[in-house]
Amino acid sequence: MNNIFAKRRARLLAMKAIRDNYVPGDRLVACPKCGGESQRKDVAGNLSVCPLCGYHFPIGAYYRLSTILDPGSFRELNAKLSAADPLSFPGYREKQRAAQRKTGLTEAAVTAAGTVGGRKCVVGVLDSRFLMGSMSAAVGEKITLAIEYAAKNKLPLILFSASGGARMQEGILSLMQMAKTSAALARFSEKGLLYISVLTDPTTGGVTASFASLGDIILAEPGALIGFAGPRVIQQTIGETLPEGFQRAEYQEEHGFVDAVVPRGELRETLSRLLRLHEKGGRP
Amino acid sequence: MSSLTAAQRVAIARHPQRPNITDIIGALFTDFFEQKGDRLCREDPAILGGIALYHGRPVTVIGTRKGKTAEESLRCNFGMPGPEGYRKALRLMKQAEKFRRPVFTFIDTSGAYPGLEAEARGQGEAIARNLLEMSRLTVPVLAAVTGEGNSGGALALAVADRVLMLENAVYAILSPEGFASILWKDAARHAEACDLMKLTAPDLLALGIVDDVIPEPEGGAHLAPEAVFRELDRCLSRHLAALLKESGPGLAEKRYQKFRKMGAGEEP
Repeated sequence: MNNIFAKRRARLLAMKAIRDNYVPGDRLVACPKCGGESQRKDVAGNLSVCPLCGYHFPIGAYYRLSTILDPGSFRELNAKLSAADPLSFPGYREKQRAAQRKTGLTEAAVTAAGTVGGRKCVVGVLDSRFLMGSMSAAVGEKITLAIEYAAKNKLPLILFSASGGARMQEGILSLMQMAKTSAALARFSEKGLLYISVLTDPTTGGVTASFASLGDIILAEPGALIGFAGPRVIQQTIGETLPEGFQRAEYQEEHGFVDAVVPRGELRETLSRLLRLHEKGGRP
Repeated sequence: MSSLTAAQRVAIARHPQRPNITDIIGALFTDFFEQKGDRLCREDPAILGGIALYHGRPVTVIGTRKGKTAEESLRCNFGMPGPEGYRKALRLMKQAEKFRRPVFTFIDTSGAYPGLEAEARGQGEAIARNLLEMSRLTVPVLAAVTGEGNSGGALALAVADRVLMLENAVYAILSPEGFASILWKDAARHAEACDLMKLTAPDLLALGIVDDVIPEPEGGAHLAPEAVFRELDRCLSRHLAALLKESGPGLAEKRYQKFRKMGAGEEP
């Protein structure tokens, strides 16, 4: 009985998150980049991009999917898969439950089958609001199952990354997800199928050092922090302040690790175009 | 096996006189020819690699390199590779595949180097590429964690058919200090972190992350390296013999399944 209510509550929360592009707080939102204040509805109506300076606010996984997939095409894959507690880590179960209550998600990754511009594909999204989008074994499993589903059905794959890196409480099992997802992508790629990786703020640690960096095409949202080591760690290592714009999407584009920096408002169209260019596996 | 605490094992794994890759190559291999450079921009001395004979059979040997003297440590960046090191390692592994040589990797690193230039040249991409490519190599790959094996910087050499560990080696998502700092904002609680992280060889054997553990003498490998090399050699020989019976695609398939099974979450 309880279980039914919990399920219903989670679904309602997810729906609410999509409908409202919901961020709790006041009617005015302050932009962390330009400091300017905008009406919440203006920010929400602008795909959560600051109308004043173009700063891209972090967005939830379901909302992200609603901005990319054709309306009505969303079909979630492995929706119930959630984190275990493989190391019996003190306090981890409570942390999981708190994150689930806060976000309405079961885990930091949501994967789905759907269409973009009428073309079938598999889309996975990491949500940085859920324990910093960190890579648990369940996140690795969901991503791997999505890759395998796409491979089996010969569909293109799009993964949106947003992650602080490893899920500390799962230790070495978190690390192994890097090998697992990368190996699954090797098999996917051998089938001649397209994988587009979209890097959003922040993409760091083990996610950067695995599936996020392995796209046939790599896109990034403007201003997204993208790197392996975090800026704080690097600063401690080298003992000097980091240059302006270091590890941002534009820096990664300049250094050859990103094909294109694409504003959120143009992503759906860009993805749709790329899918069209790869129809029938790209063969004429 | 001895009953040391996890923190004690971490201290032994980091002992400055612990046998390093140069010692291991000297003890287990002959005719070593070092191969330098990633063929893209530079040579990274934090990874040592080349061709050698193992019991008369040509193999490719790759290992992270920690120095024993201050000068040597500086030269090899304390065993913390940059992207060039991982790309060199990949170049050597692909070449091993071309010439049908088994690959041996030896891992002792506090992690991939978190520096400005390493980031500028794609540390994350280099590690990711190694994980992908190693997963489909069609020659036997044996990895041994001999000291510290931290983070993606260690895993980038450890997508192997067999992952072995010396008894007092540790293998983890990051250093216990880093772990304590991230989780509790207090690096001083590293001993507590050591216990929770399940980073020792017996723990990892129980979790199915490593396949075999090579015993060390009381107090650590540096006290009787010859005995440890003998055990290591015996263990590697045994696993190599089993792997040589497999076909190339068979090896890749089994390696894929091995890592595919690691961790899955749960469903209600």
